[in-house]
Amino acid sequence: MSEVLVVVEHVDGAVKKPTYELLTIARRLGEPSAVFFGSADKGAEAAEKLGQHGADKVYVVDDAEIKGYLVAPKAEALQQLVDKTSPAAVLFVSGYEGKEIAARLAIKIGAGLITDAVDVEEGAVTTQSVFAGSYTVKAKVNHGVPLITVKPNSAPVEEVGAAGTVEAFTATISDSAKKAQIVASQPRKASGRPELAEAAIVVSGGRGTGGDFAPIEGLADALGAAVGASRAAVDSGWMPHSFQVGQTGKVVSPQLYVANGISGAIQHRAGMQTSKTIVAVNKDEEAPIFELVDFGVVGDLHKVLPAATDAIEARKG
Amino acid sequence: MSSSRIIWIGPPACVLPTECIRRGPPGHTTMNIVVCVKYVPDATADRRFESDNTVDRVGVDGLLSELDEYAVEQALQIKEKADGDVTVTALCVGPEKAVDAVRKALQMGADQGVHVTDEAIAGSDYIATSLVLAKAIEKIGIPDLVMCGMASTDASGSVVPAMLAERLDLPQVTFAAVVETQGDQVRVKRDGDIATEVIGGTMPLVLSVTDQTGEARYPSFKGIMAAKKKPLETYSLSDIGVDPAQVGLSVAWSSVEDATARPPRTAGEIVKDEDGSGASALTEFLVSKKFI
Repeated sequence: MSEVLVVVEHVDGAVKKPTYELLTIARRLGEPSAVFFGSADKGAEAAEKLGQHGADKVYVVDDAEIKGYLVAPKAEALQQLVDKTSPAAVLFVSGYEGKEIAARLAIKIGAGLITDAVDVEEGAVTTQSVFAGSYTVKAKVNHGVPLITVKPNSAPVEEVGAAGTVEAFTATISDSAKKAQIVASQPRKASGRPELAEAAIVVSGGRGTGGDFAPIEGLADALGAAVGASRAAVDSGWMPHSFQVGQTGKVVSPQLYVANGISGAIQHRAGMQTSKTIVAVNKDEEAPIFELVDFGVVGDLHKVLPAATDAIEARKG
Repeated sequence: MSSSRIIWIGPPACVLPTECIRRGPPGHTTMNIVVCVKYVPDATADRRFESDNTVDRVGVDGLLSELDEYAVEQALQIKEKADGDVTVTALCVGPEKAVDAVRKALQMGADQGVHVTDEAIAGSDYIATSLVLAKAIEKIGIPDLVMCGMASTDASGSVVPAMLAERLDLPQVTFAAVVETQGDQVRVKRDGDIATEVIGGTMPLVLSVTDQTGEARYPSFKGIMAAKKKPLETYSLSDIGVDPAQVGLSVAWSSVEDATARPPRTAGEIVKDEDGSGASALTEFLVSKKFI
């Protein structure tokens, strides 16, 4: 069986959940090998976790010289790794970075690219959900090594193996790849809540909150959920853009999505319609969001949410 | 149109033609911006696939992708702030009707338009689309800035800007929430995947912008009238030196095998909140689904 390269998403060595999901998918396609950009120390640390989740091999690419630059050097390194390993596929997390590395790599190696897969079957046949969820599309790559970016929450996290074997990989990076500089990088403050893109449950608020997100945060904490916001709430300055769910914010696909005071404009739906279960609370019974829901409450979120939060807390004891 | 533009030819030391075009004479700044605009099916209309599994781009009303309007807007703002001649060219690849996207950009204030249209292009994937765009940009002349929206509103891939950067061997500064330029320097602020970042580069480069950069202007009546007189060129594939066999559905490196309209969601249960009944019903639902 051929190797399947999985590009690891991590913060200072801490591997993020969507990478483990990619490893689950990679096992369907071949022998998973993780590609870790970072220091040798952090790579060795991460290799243990990556191995437990199915990576037979972990290529550690020292990023000391390239971490100050955007995307292009990583694409070059991957090109060299693809040349060396002739993988059956390369998998990326669907985010800004994953998509753009994949895009550059596709041109470099002459390979087809599929973005935002929500499932990948044997033979690298992908499933995508398009046009705000109104179509389900099956696609495949017919030329070169399939490059696929996969949305978070598209596969379960499975613990299967022992630590992966670490293999240092030295890439040669051209000067022309080192031109877009990361001048500054400010990691977002940890909220203590799960991260929006990868959370199993998301509780969101929109215009209907009137700017008061306390009920949203209360319910989110009772459910162990991430907090999201609609574009209207972000444009009103109530929440930072990093909380925005929708076409131009985060595209989420959780087990449970609770939309509160959100009308359900198409831009918002494009960001959450692949959620497995959808619940809405809205005063306006005509709100289009109710067309999507598994369960809806027509009522004032400022009353319904605190009462539900109390009830949930009581049940949890 | 390229012939009507004043192109300063650099000193003898300047070997690469693209370098010559971009530098301009000392003491006088000229700047060229190409904004890529996509013609997409209206998201509020009934978007659909055709029997060959390509997006129906003819039978459904189309328009300039909303997310590309932000790129046009930022290009116009750069032009307005610059103390020199800035030419903004709107470039679109698409069927005959796609010229509407170019027209909209001209109405907003772009100086000239280029529409690449050829039957062979239909069904092209990201790879072929980026090839056609890149070749068209080379024909126009490598500008100081190639600008794009953060994604299209139909495919939502967000990959064409990076592909253009790769094909044109330019740096990419992408997903900008705030754009600043100073001379040939570009700095943007953006909400990255895991951090808030500042990305910088030197022109020429590819710049993509998000809706966070600020609302796009509506065409004024004056703008609409003026647009009718602006240069708008149509290129075929042979005009830009692309072999039709390199593009289109039959050679796409990825293909849609099947596109199924999702059955309408079975209507969920909707309750009205009366005296706290909503909260308990909601709690019961979450318990029944094992979320609690």
